[in-house]
Amino acid sequence: MDKKIKFRVNGTEHELEVPTNRLLVDMLRYDLGLTGTKEGCSVGVCGACTVLIDGEMVSSCLALAVFADGRDVTTVEGLAQDGELHPVQQSFIRYGGFQCGICTPGQVVAAKALLDQNPRPNEEEIKDWMMGNLCRCTGYYKIIESIEKAHEFAK
Amino acid sequence: MIAFDYRTPGSLEEAYADLKEAGSDGKIIAGGTALVIMMKQQLVQPSCVISLRNVSGLTDISENNGSVHIGGLVSHAHLDASDVVQGKLPVLGATYHHVATQRVRTMATVGGGLAHADPNQDPPPTFIALGASFELGSAGGSRSVAAEDFFSDYYETVLEPEEIVTGVSVPLMAANSGAAYLKFLPRSADDYATVSAAAVVTLDAAKSTIQDVRIAMGSVNTTPVRATASEDVLRGQPVKAEGLREAGEKAKEHTDPVSDFRGSGSYKTQMAAVFVRRALEAAIANAS
Repeated sequence: MDKKIKFRVNGTEHELEVPTNRLLVDMLRYDLGLTGTKEGCSVGVCGACTVLIDGEMVSSCLALAVFADGRDVTTVEGLAQDGELHPVQQSFIRYGGFQCGICTPGQVVAAKALLDQNPRPNEEEIKDWMMGNLCRCTGYYKIIESIEKAHEFAK
Repeated sequence: MIAFDYRTPGSLEEAYADLKEAGSDGKIIAGGTALVIMMKQQLVQPSCVISLRNVSGLTDISENNGSVHIGGLVSHAHLDASDVVQGKLPVLGATYHHVATQRVRTMATVGGGLAHADPNQDPPPTFIALGASFELGSAGGSRSVAAEDFFSDYYETVLEPEEIVTGVSVPLMAANSGAAYLKFLPRSADDYATVSAAAVVTLDAAKSTIQDVRIAMGSVNTTPVRATASEDVLRGQPVKAEGLREAGEKAKEHTDPVSDFRGSGSYKTQMAAVFVRRALEAAIANAS
């Protein structure tokens, strides 16, 4: 059973006919070719598939694609503007907030959602917000530092 | 996940009509954090999924006539951040903040969580201790069910197939009352509890006697349970460490936990006594 949906991804309008049982992560990766969003645990725990719907972070592995109907979706591909990386992306690079990189798209999208409502979060606020984004390489210190210092790159 | 008919009714009335038409093969979806996992694992295979995403009027939190009313589609994150909840029922905000992670709390709704009825959830013990009631709506009207009477078995509630959880009503606490929710988390911070306990204690003006008390536990039985045996040994008694310890021991009468990776059944029963006592201590310390 298919359903026609209209939505925006990173500012671009899309109109697609999707099976009702298609997951948002699969629509982004396979129908739209936006492979920046990763699938890790598939049960909403690891955060690798984090995207924003109308600015609010969600697990795209737990969201049906049809949830996007009429909404604005932001993926990691949409963070850079006019060829310039988002401040939090620049900060992850400057302060080494990643190693293998598989969790990084989810980390930076979740961090962007935090910074949108709290531009200068402290360490406790970062830990509380980012608790649902797992990283098996960095030990988190560099990720926390990258988010704490993202304001240095804001214009 | 099998394919299904997906509907997006624009009002509760339309949703009730869709539910009636779909019969027992229909499932309501709100945030989807629980239902989508169960559908992916083929534990639930509805032929019709009815989304409440276009239903308005169920996302408010308000206070009137001595109660806080929470719409069924309020997200966990919205509830946690609500000024009304933080000001009037901080224990409820703290309880919802214990649920999973910020991302899950953004998606998951109050009504959806209650209908899911996993006995390990955080909010039910606090709702039971606070004396909350749940509003169940259907085409035939609505009814109110006390939180402690709502959960009937493992993942089962008294919700009829044509009913939707439209809201929760929580009475404000009496003067000289304190509340606490404690969650024992030996594994990771986003996990379900090994055991959890909520307590609401009302003291006399001198704060030396327990006038009233309500206690509930999660993760210790097939449903969240009210620990009436613990309450009975405290009501009317002076605030004393020995009494709180005895109340903790009495809580074991209400437990029949399963052994799993969060602890053996006998360990959970022992920990239930400890966490009920600690929840009582914390509630008494908070009383104002």
